[in-house]
Amino acid sequence: MATLKLKDVVGGYGDTQILHGVSITVDPGEIVVIIGPNGAGKSTAIKAVFGLLKLTGGQILLEGEDITNTPPEKVVRNGVCYVPQTANIFPGLTVEENLEMGAYVREDDFRPRLEEIYEMFPPLREKRRQAAGTLSGGQRQMVAMGKALMLEPRILLLDEPTAGLSPKFRGEIFNIVKTVHAAGTPILMVEQNAKQALKIAHRGYVLVDGRNKYTGTGQELLDDPEVAAMFLGGEKTEVEAE
Amino acid sequence: MSDLINFHLIPGLVLGSIYALGAIGLTLTFGILRFANFAHGETMTLGAYFAWTLIQLTGWHPVAVLPMAMGLTVLVALGIDRGFYKPFRASATIMLVIASFGMMLMVRSVIQFIWGVQVKALMPGIQMPVVLFDWLRISPKHLMIVGFALLLMFAVHYLLTYTKIGKAMRAMSDSPELARLTGINTESVIRATWIIGAALAAAAGVLLALDTHVHTMMGFKLLLPVFAATILGGIGRPYGAVAGGLVIGLAEELSSYNWIGTEPLLNPGYKAGVAFAIMVVMLIWRPSGLFKGKVY
Amino acid sequence: MDYGIFLYVISLLTMGGIYAILALGLNIQWGFTGLFNAGIAGFYAIGAYVSAILTTAPTARHLGGYEMPYPVAWIASMVVAGIIAWGVGKICLRLRSDYLAIATIGIAEIFRLILKNETWATNGPRGVSMVPKPFESLPGPWNQLAFLAIVLITVALIYLALEKARKAPWGRVMTAIRENEPAVRAAGKNVERFRMEGFVFGSMLMALAGAYTAHYLKFIDPNATDPLAATFLVWVMLIVGGSANNKGAILGAFLIWTIWSATEILTSRLPDELAIRTAYVRMFLIGLLLQIVLQKFPQGILPEQRPKPPARPATGPVETGD
Repeated sequence: MATLKLKDVVGGYGDTQILHGVSITVDPGEIVVIIGPNGAGKSTAIKAVFGLLKLTGGQILLEGEDITNTPPEKVVRNGVCYVPQTANIFPGLTVEENLEMGAYVREDDFRPRLEEIYEMFPPLREKRRQAAGTLSGGQRQMVAMGKALMLEPRILLLDEPTAGLSPKFRGEIFNIVKTVHAAGTPILMVEQNAKQALKIAHRGYVLVDGRNKYTGTGQELLDDPEVAAMFLGGEKTEVEAE
Repeated sequence: MSDLINFHLIPGLVLGSIYALGAIGLTLTFGILRFANFAHGETMTLGAYFAWTLIQLTGWHPVAVLPMAMGLTVLVALGIDRGFYKPFRASATIMLVIASFGMMLMVRSVIQFIWGVQVKALMPGIQMPVVLFDWLRISPKHLMIVGFALLLMFAVHYLLTYTKIGKAMRAMSDSPELARLTGINTESVIRATWIIGAALAAAAGVLLALDTHVHTMMGFKLLLPVFAATILGGIGRPYGAVAGGLVIGLAEELSSYNWIGTEPLLNPGYKAGVAFAIMVVMLIWRPSGLFKGKVY
Repeated sequence: MDYGIFLYVISLLTMGGIYAILALGLNIQWGFTGLFNAGIAGFYAIGAYVSAILTTAPTARHLGGYEMPYPVAWIASMVVAGIIAWGVGKICLRLRSDYLAIATIGIAEIFRLILKNETWATNGPRGVSMVPKPFESLPGPWNQLAFLAIVLITVALIYLALEKARKAPWGRVMTAIRENEPAVRAAGKNVERFRMEGFVFGSMLMALAGAYTAHYLKFIDPNATDPLAATFLVWVMLIVGGSANNKGAILGAFLIWTIWSATEILTSRLPDELAIRTAYVRMFLIGLLLQIVLQKFPQGILPEQRPKPPARPATGPVETGD
C-alpha cells in the first residue's frame, strides 16, 4: 500500500485555484521529488497534504486512511511531518529546545529519539545549547529536519530544502535527505534544483499549471529531452518568493 | 547624595519593578497573541481592587491576599479572552486592538461602578521607614515590593526556561505559524499567556497600590510607562521588559532630581511624559528595542 | 414645542454635528487609510486651545489677547494640528498600527500635561474661559441656531469634499493601500505620502471640531471631558455607523451622541448617588455595543462604498501557486 497518495486533488487559496487535479504517490521507502516551473503548484501540493489549504476535490490518503482537509495540528499526530521553506526553526530557542518542540505531541519520553537525531546530525549535538537562529544555513536545515523527525513520522514533506543555499550546502542537504531516507522515512520533496534532486530521487513528478505533466523514475526524467529542455538547462540560483 | 538615593533612586527602583511586572505580561501578549493589549492597565487596576476587597473581608496583609487577587484577576482575564478576543484569533490584529480598547473602558466602568471613584488605601496607617547608616531610609513596603517583584520574575524565568509550556510560549512568540505546524497546542499556549500576563499585571497593580493607593485611573496611568518599557526592551522579550521597566522607572524618578542647581531637572508635572519621550526615541532610533524584539 | 426641548434639540444637533466632524476626520484616518488613532482627544484639545487663545480678549491668566477673527483662528487650529500630526506620523506611520495607537495615546497625554503645566499659556487646570462665540450677540434662539448652522454647513462641506476625494484617484489609491499595500508599492506609488496625507487631514478636522467646541461651550480645560472616553465615543460612532463610509460616520455620530445625551438626561433625573453610577453603566453598555458590532456587524450600519474600479483591467501581482 502506498504511504501517501494524492488523488486528483483540486484546490487553492481563496478564489484562486491552483491545483487542477494532481495525483502523486509515494511508496514505502521512496524519495519522491516534485519539480516544475514557477506557479506550477508544487509547494501547494505539499501544503495540501498538510491541511494548509482547502481542497475542493480529490483525496489524500495516508496508508489508506483518508486525511483530506485535516488541519495541521491533527495531521502531525497522524505521522506526517512538514518542513516549510522558510521560518522552519524557532530562532530564539536553542537547538535542543527546537528538537524538544518537535516532539511536543509525543506522550512518551522523547530523549531516546533525541539521541538518534544527534546521531544522524552530529553537528547538532555539538551546538545543542546554541540559539538556532545563530547557526549557518545548512545547520539550520538540519535543525528543521531533525525537529520534524522527532515524531518518527510515517512520511516527511520537504518544501525546497535547498532554497537560498550556496551550491556547496546544497550537496550537504541532499546528503542529509539521503541519510534521513536511509534511516527509514519516505520523503516527498519539492525542489527548484531539479537536476540534483532527481539524482537522488526514486521517482519524480513534473507539475505544470497545477496538473501532472510527466512522471517517471528519477533517471527517466533526467534522460527525458523534453523535461531537460524545460528545466534542466541551468541550475536555478535565485529563491522563489512565496 | 542621600536625597538622591532616598527620594529618587529607591523610588525609581520600586516603580521600575512594578513597571517591569506589567511589561512582562504585556510583552508576552504582544509577542504571542500579536497585539497591543490596551486593557492591560485595567487588569492591573482590577488586581488592586480585588486585593482591597479581600483585605476588607479578611483583614490580612496585602502580601497575603496577593495570590488570591492574582487568581481572581486571571479568571477575569480568561473570561475576557473567551468572550471578546477569541472571536478575532484569525482576524487582522487591528480588530484585537480595537476590542481591547473597548475592553479598557468596559473594565474601568465596571470597577467604577462596583467600587466607586474615591481613592482608597490598601493598608491603613503609615509605615515609618527604617533608617540605616544614619541616612539610608528604606521603607519595609518598598522591600516587600521589590522582593515580590523579584520572586515573580524568577518564577517567570523558571517557567519559560525549564517547562514545556514555557518553551512552547517562546516558540510561539518566535513563530506562531511554525508552532502550529509543529503540533503545538496553540490554545494552551494562549491560555498560559493570559494566565501569566494577568497574574503579573494584578501583582503590579497590588504592589503599586501598596506603594501609593487604590484608584480607578491607576491602570491608565500605568499604560504608557508599561508600553514604553515593553518597546524599550523589545517586543516579545520578557527579560527586555524587566530591563525596560527598571529603566523607565528610574528615569521617571531621577528626572525630577535637581541635577543642575536647585530646581528639578524636569518639572515633576511632566514625569509621566518621560516614559513617552523614551518610547519616541526608541521608535525613531531602534524600534526593535534594546534586546532586539519584533518589529511588525 | 416646549422652548426647553427646542433648545435641547438644537444643542443635540450642534454637539452631534461636532462629533460628526470628528468622525469624518477619523474616517479619513481609519476608514480610508487604515490607521488607528487613539489620541483623538489630543488633536481635539489642540484645536480647542489654539482657537480659544487666538480669539479671547487679553488677560493675565493665559496667553491671549489676539482677538483674531474666527476663520483665522480655525485655520490656525488646523494648521497647528496638522504640523503636529506630521511629526507624529513621521515617527510612527512606517510601523504597525499598534505602535501608532500607543504613540497617539501618548501624544494626547503629553498635550494634557502641557496644557495642565504651562499655566502661563493656558491657565492650567482652571482652563480658558470667556471664549467668544460667533453670533452670540443675537437674541436666543437665533444665536444657537446660527452656531448650529455653522456646524452643519461645515459638516456638509467636509462631506462633499471627502466624497469627491473618495471617488477621485486619491481615494482609490487609499483603498488599494489598505487592501494590498505591496501591490501599490510595486506600482510605484509613495505609500508613506498617502498615509501621511490621510493622517494629517484627519487630525486637522479633529482640531476644527475642538475649536468649535471651545466656542460653543465658551470654555475649555485640560480635563473638559474624560479624554479617553471622548476618543472612545468617536471610535464607536465610526464603527457602528460604518467605517469607510462618510454617510456612516455622520450617521454614527448623531446616533451615538443622541443615545449618549438622552440617556444622560434620563439618568440625571435619578438621585445623585445613582446618577453617578449610571454614568459607568452607560459607558459599559456603549463599550459592549462596540464589541457586539465588531464581532457581528463589523461593517456597521452603512457598509463601505467601494470606489468604482477604473475602466482598464486591474494590474498587480495575482496570487500564484508555489
